[in-house]
Formats: sequence, C-alpha cells, structure tokens
Amino acid sequence: MDFINAVVLLLNYVFVPALSYGSQLALGAIFVSLIYGILRFAYFSAGDLMSFGTMFTILFTWYFQSIGISLGVLPTALLAIPFAIIISILFTLGMDKVVFSYYRIKKSPPVMLAMVSIGVMFVTQAIVRIIIGPFDRRFFDGEKFILRANEFKEMTGLNEGLSIKSTQVLTLFVTIVVVSILFWFLNKTKTGKSMRAYSDNEDLALLSGIDPKKVVMITWVIAAVLATIGGALYGLDKSFKPFTYFNNMLPIFAAAIVGGIGNPFGAFLGGYVIAFSEILLTYAYRKFFIYIMPGSFEPDSLIQLLSTDYKFAVSFSILVIVLLFRPSGIFKGKVI
Amino acid sequence: MKQYSDVIYAYVIMLGLIVLVGFLQSWNIALSILCFCLISAVMTMGANIQWGYAGLINFGIMGYTALGGLAAVLVSVPPVKEAWQVGGVNMILCVFLIILIVFVIRFILKKFNKSKNRNYGIALVIVTGLILLRLISSPAIESIEAVNPATTGFLGGLGLPIIFSWIVGAFFAGALAFVIGKIALGLRADYLAIATLLISEIVIAVIKHEDWLARGVKNVIGLKRPVPYEIDLQTKEWFINLVAKFNQGTLSLVHDTLEKQQLLKQLVIESSTVFVKLCYASLFSVVVIILLIITQKALYSPWGRMMRAIRDNEEAANAMGKNVVKQHLLIFVLGSAIVGIAGAMMVTYDGLFTPGSYRPMRYTFLIWVMVIVGGSGNNFGAILGGFAVWFLWIEAAPVALYLINFLTSGLEETNAFRIHLINSIPYFRYLMMGIGLLLIMRYRPRGILPEKIKHV
Repeated sequence: MDFINAVVLLLNYVFVPALSYGSQLALGAIFVSLIYGILRFAYFSAGDLMSFGTMFTILFTWYFQSIGISLGVLPTALLAIPFAIIISILFTLGMDKVVFSYYRIKKSPPVMLAMVSIGVMFVTQAIVRIIIGPFDRRFFDGEKFILRANEFKEMTGLNEGLSIKSTQVLTLFVTIVVVSILFWFLNKTKTGKSMRAYSDNEDLALLSGIDPKKVVMITWVIAAVLATIGGALYGLDKSFKPFTYFNNMLPIFAAAIVGGIGNPFGAFLGGYVIAFSEILLTYAYRKFFIYIMPGSFEPDSLIQLLSTDYKFAVSFSILVIVLLFRPSGIFKGKVI
Repeated sequence: MKQYSDVIYAYVIMLGLIVLVGFLQSWNIALSILCFCLISAVMTMGANIQWGYAGLINFGIMGYTALGGLAAVLVSVPPVKEAWQVGGVNMILCVFLIILIVFVIRFILKKFNKSKNRNYGIALVIVTGLILLRLISSPAIESIEAVNPATTGFLGGLGLPIIFSWIVGAFFAGALAFVIGKIALGLRADYLAIATLLISEIVIAVIKHEDWLARGVKNVIGLKRPVPYEIDLQTKEWFINLVAKFNQGTLSLVHDTLEKQQLLKQLVIESSTVFVKLCYASLFSVVVIILLIITQKALYSPWGRMMRAIRDNEEAANAMGKNVVKQHLLIFVLGSAIVGIAGAMMVTYDGLFTPGSYRPMRYTFLIWVMVIVGGSGNNFGAILGGFAVWFLWIEAAPVALYLINFLTSGLEETNAFRIHLINSIPYFRYLMMGIGLLLIMRYRPRGILPEKIKHV
C-alpha cells in the first residue's frame, strides 16, 4: 500500500505536471528548430511570438464570451485558437516580408539575422504590452478537473490523491494530434519533403526546382500555428503573462539544442527531457521516502536536490553536458 | 581632424540633448541620465571588445554586472564578526573543498586517456563533492543566516573603500568569464549566445538565493559612498558660500534677510544633490576616458590587427600561426572584466545592491542594441550608442506622452482608447527600441559611427 501511495505521489507532483509542461515546451522547441533548420538563424522572438498568439486567443475568447458562445465543459479558448492562428500567420508573414526577406536575399550571415530577430522581439513585446498590458491574466473556463484528488482518494482508498486537470489532458491530446500531423506532413507530403531537402542542402534543393519562397512561407505558417497553440495551452494550464513567455524562451532554446537544433523530432523529445529534469531535480522527495522507507529511517530534511529557484541551472547544465559530449545534440541535428 | 568630424558632431548633439533635458526638466534628472549613460558606455565598451573586435556573442552581460555589484558589497561592507564566528570555518573549508574538486578533475583529465570510464569518474567526483559541500555548508549557512537576520545575516565584506570594488569586480567577472570561456567558447555563435544567457541567469539565481553571501533578495542597502553625502554638504561653510556665489543674481533680488536665508537654504539643498551627482559623473568620466584610451590603443596595435584578422577569417589567421582559441578566451575575459567594472560602478552609484533588479532577459538585449546602434568595432560608436540608447530608453516615456496627446487631441479626455494608450506609455519604449534597431540594421548596418580601419 505504501508503495502505491509513493507512486501516486510521484505521478501527481512530478509525472503529470512534467508531461504537460514538456508538451508546451516541445511545441515551442519544434518551431524554433524548424526556423533554425530552414531559415538558418536563431529566432530570438520565439517566446514573444507565443505570447502574441496567446494574446489574440484571449481577445477572441473574451469576444466569444461576451456574445455568449461557449464550449460547455471545454474552455472557450479552443474555439478562439483558429482565429488567433490566422492573425499570427499574417503577423509572421508580414514580419518576414518587411524585415527578414531583405537579409535572406542579401545572404547576410546568420548572426545578423539573429540580431534582427531581437529587433522583432522588441516590437512584438511592445505590441503585446500596448494591446493587453503586462499583467497576469487567466482565461480558462469550463470544467477545471477531470479527476479530483478527493475523488481519487475515495475511489481507491489511498492516502495520496491524484488530480488531473483538464488542461493537462487537453495539452497532451492537442500536442499529440498537432505533432503527428506535422511529422506526417514533413515525411509524407511533397511539400514536406521539399522542406526537408531545402534544410538538408539548399543549393541542391534549388537545383531540383524547389521554390524557396514557398518553403519559407510554409515554415512561417507552421511556426505561427505551433507558437499560438503552444502559447495558448501554456496560458490555459498556468496563466498568461508576457514576461513569463519571454523567459520561457530559455528552456525552449535549451530543448531545441538538446534535441539537436534543426531536427524537429529531437526538439520534441528535448522538450520532455528539459521538463522532466527540471521537475525531477527540484522536487522535494521527503514524503516519497517516508512512504518507501521503514519507519525508523524517515528522513528529516526535504531531500530536495536543488531548490526550485535553480530551474534555469538545470536546463543549462543539461545543455552543457549534451554539448560537451554530443555537440550536435542527442539526435543529430541539421536535418529535418 | 576631418576624419573625426562626424564623431565630434555626434557627441555634441548627444551632450546638447542632455543639457536640453537639464533646462527643460531638471538638472537632477539630466545628471542622473548622464551618470547612467556613462555606466552603459562602460558596458558597451566591454561588449564591443567581444563583438566588435573578435565577433564573439556574449549574452551574459547581466551576470557579469551582477558579479561586479556583488564585489561592491563584498569590498565595502564591514565584516560581520558574529557570522564569521559561527560559520566562518565551515565556509572556508568549503572553499578549499571546491579547489580540491577542481584539482582532482584536472588530475583525472591529465592522467587518463579519453574514455567512458574517465567521464564516469569525473561525474562521480563532482557528485560526491557536491554532497560533501552540502553537508559541510548547510549547518554553517543556517547559523550565519540566523545572526541578526533583519540587518545582517550574512558574512559581510572587507570594509574597504567602495572604489576598490571596481577593480575587484573586474577580477570577479574576468574569473567567471575564464571558466565559461573554457567550457563554452568552442560552440557556434548562436549556441554561445544561448549558453551565456543561461549562465547569467544562473549567476543571478545564485546571488539571489544564497543569503549568506550578500543577503539575496533581502538586499544590501546603505553602502558607503566615494563622494560626500548631501546632508554633510549642506552644513559645510564652503559649499554654502559656493552656492551663494553661483546664485548671486537670484539672491540679490530678495531684500528681506529672513527670506534670503530661506531661499539660500532651499538652493543649498537642491544644489547638494546636483553636486553629488556631478561628483559621480566626473568619477565615471575618468573611468570611461581611461578605458577609451586603453581600448583605442589596443585597437590600433598589432594585437588589435590580429583580432580583426581572426574575426574576419578565422581559418586564415589560424594558418598564419595565430592561436585563435587562446585569443578568443583572452578577449572574452577582458570584455567581461570591463562589464564587471560597470556593474560595480552601478552599485556604487545606487548605494544599494538589489539582486532582484538584474533581469538578464531585459537588459542584455538593451546593451546589445547599444553596441549595434552605436557602431560595433568602433569605441567612439559604442560609447555613443550607450548614451543615445539609454537617453531614448529614459526619455521615451515623456516623448510618447507628448506624441499621444498631440495625435489624439481630437478625441475626448475620457475616450477609452486614449486612456488605454496613455496607460500603456511605458511600453512605447520597447516599440522605439525595436523599430530603431530594425531601421539601423537595415539602412546603416554598421552603426551610427561605423568602424574605421586605418590602413598604414
């Protein structure tokens, strides 16, 4: 019995939160990785693109709520996401036209493009803050829990409760659907294959008649879709605050690099690697050991490997270890 | 002289703008803008050495700044004797343990060939070392933090004049840069950017949460100043005379003696803050000028030529027998040390150390905008960038307010749209930064004052 309690404890506080956080990171990391593979620069405004998409999701949610549309048990935001995606796509394509295409045609070095993306980052931040403000906002409605801790306790008779938020299930479900469609698109369709070819060897791809404009356009579309969905899911699960999204850029980049930058599948797994290690290393295992150990060995400290404030330290240390031993990431990067 | 004409024009315009703030708003504001401009100028010089001379991206600027600030605390605060008594021995033991770990790892790296077992060995050493460290330090930390937690609760510093911290800060930042450079300099440019950004987050997280070191987020306030205090100045005979002399015109208009006395008192209070800021500004200018002379000499020395060669074509420089790795490490350490000086200067100016206010994600990019807008590779350009961007950053709000009032003057006072815009004025600075950076990158990619290479 104690053993099952311990397992449930870990499931509740480590596994379920890490799985949903990891999915949100993974969505971000995939599009950072895609942009890196095809446009060949580090897109520093990744976090802000996510907050831009989320902002419009919130605005549409408010609009739908004001005219009385809702999805019942599901959050209204789900209905708002497609509209927000359209605006995000227009935004990324517009930014590409106004800003990035000039440097691409001039064949500027990647560092230059990365710097330009910092300018885009500032502009995006300003737009988000001017429209919706810098404050913390919650826009979740509908049924909050699928499984409540108390219900679980009653059902199983265990000491420990397992609570599953509907946003966590939703995150996981949407991530699986989106990522499977994306990988099907990249691996099976003609356009997807041409994108992979372009990422692998630009000159050869151009020689074989692949239209670079189309490839670039589709990359931005995918980026906008993934950023909006990932951002909205994160906002539903936790809350929307532009500065938090901005800060999330660090674990997202860490995930993309750990997975082998330029490789979407690696980035997908990288998101989970970062999320699980952050939560596993900063969780206090005291209660877990109380269940596992016989009474006399009960620990008196928290048994926390790192304080939660060192979250970034975890992602960085993983990054350093991976870069030292496998410089191209866990999965070889640079090929989609 | 002709080649410097644009430099001179640019600087005259910049100083003119600051003087204009002095006339329009107040001299107090103008001087504090000037002080921060000078501090940012030091930071941009550090970043410019790395990016402009050598083409290295360092996004860890805030980490080095925070370390410089830490140096200011550790140098100037008097030691807390009680804390040393309860936990000093253990903390010193920890320092030795860390040194021991480093030497054991070096020994393993030297003695054994590259293999899986070696990696496991190193990991084992690090893990046991960390556990030992935790066991030794945690009781000491607890007892140190328990010593009078409202005012001290940390080990304190050396109790020296704070100005020494400018050098110590440089050493701290340089030492950190050495370690980071050893690990991360082999990485590609964009990896290096992310890695350094993450490291600065870690440095700040450590400073924030290790309370025994510098009180963490509880902040250290009331650091000693290198310049006189306003209160002391206001009672000094010579200062009152000086103020009276400067304001003779205003004073002579008032005939009543009592009123005159009161006016003089008011003037003395006002001018004392201005005088203190003037002292700071001149101290900072001395630092900026010394650094400018050194960096300028370095830029046109054989060493500077070699750095440019490495930046422009690493392989060719390597083929000519230049040690690229070593030079990159050197310049990484030098640039970071300069940023460390700026960090110590900032804490000296504020008189307090607030780790919570170091936001890597926010200010790192601002410094980078300064370097790029000013002109990377050109020291005069970098300093100008520091001045111009900081000035914009501060003055963007009043300017935006003025513009919004002007553009929405057709709307009513209570119009929701207008109120919303006025409430979001602080965020227009991001818009200005972004658009400014994009415009400069597009139409003047080498900055306002581009790099000039003298061909001898």
